[in-house]
Amino acid sequence: MTLKALMLGCAAAAMATVAFADEDAVLSIEGETMVTQAAAPAHMENVDTVYSGWTFRTPETQALQLDDFDNPAFVFVDQALELYETADGTAGKSCMDCHANVADFAGLKTSLPRVEDGELVTMTNLVNECRTERMGAEPWKYSGGQMSAMTALLAHQSRGMPMDVTIDGDAAPFWEKGKELYYTRVGQLDMSCSNCHEDNYGVMIRADHLSQGQINGFPTYRLKNAKINTTHGRFKGCMKNIRATPFKEGSPEFKALELYVASRSTGLSVESPSVRN
Amino acid sequence: MASGVKPRVKVPRSAAAGEAITIKTLISHKMESGQRKDSDGNVIPRSIINRFTADFNGQNVVDITIEPAVSTNPYFQFEAVVPEAGEFVFTWYDDDGSVYETKKSITIA
Repeated sequence: MTLKALMLGCAAAAMATVAFADEDAVLSIEGETMVTQAAAPAHMENVDTVYSGWTFRTPETQALQLDDFDNPAFVFVDQALELYETADGTAGKSCMDCHANVADFAGLKTSLPRVEDGELVTMTNLVNECRTERMGAEPWKYSGGQMSAMTALLAHQSRGMPMDVTIDGDAAPFWEKGKELYYTRVGQLDMSCSNCHEDNYGVMIRADHLSQGQINGFPTYRLKNAKINTTHGRFKGCMKNIRATPFKEGSPEFKALELYVASRSTGLSVESPSVRN
Repeated sequence: MASGVKPRVKVPRSAAAGEAITIKTLISHKMESGQRKDSDGNVIPRSIINRFTADFNGQNVVDITIEPAVSTNPYFQFEAVVPEAGEFVFTWYDDDGSVYETKKSITIA
């Protein structure tokens, strides 16, 4: 074999192994096995298999999610449980007064965002609606500490259940808008979501593997800032990275994008609260 | 007393006599380093957990000195040999004088 052929062979081999540290790694949290790869939903034309962000992380980061004690997100889930039991607002009610058992929220995360009365609502909207309409309390900041902890607690109840948002009927126009945002190039670097998370997932970006940008593990604990991160907070971070002006957290744009990205996660287990770098 | 402090400990409920068991501890704590300044430029006083101990039936297992460089929510994992049934006592000492204590019993299987 000539040197040139050998080098070509090496290049091909390198191309083939870009994706993961260990593609067959199984995510088993507290004895429950999560679906971390699934056949892509029919509407995704350019991707065959969807992978949870967990599969792209280093073994050390992956290990943190296997045991709820090691998972630092549970510090915040515990804090949210206290908030859940604490009365607030003029009505003097806590979450618990209406929703006696937090486990009843199982399945909520899998179906959000969803359309209610012609408007797209996220879990954050639902929490704040309860706070302002029924508790007489001040709404929480969209990605504030209390809100992100509370959504982590509520999303956690759905852990292990497959993501399954509705994208037809009333939701169709929102979903279309989200899809358009996903594929629209913006910012000084002139990039769309798809340039990284569809065309180049598994490839290194600086010292890190690009994921598919799935949100089945959100809200997620990130090691880089040692707190719970929300989907809209993450969208904002991505937009800053490509030197674009981010939309506001809770804006119609981000809610539509959240719906579209959630629909790309269809079939993956909810991992909330997950651990990412 | 610093706010939001909550000790968490994971100890197996039972073990074989003489077995080395893994103990995981985590306390949610700000660990204010004393190096930061507030918006007015005043130094925020240091407030960290400066010492952590674990005792088993009155006998010391670990005694750890913690310095300001340790991050928020300090986590310690260590192994201990359990010769008999008894009780672990975990104690965290705060700079502000607060002491946080958690106890876990273990039986011999």
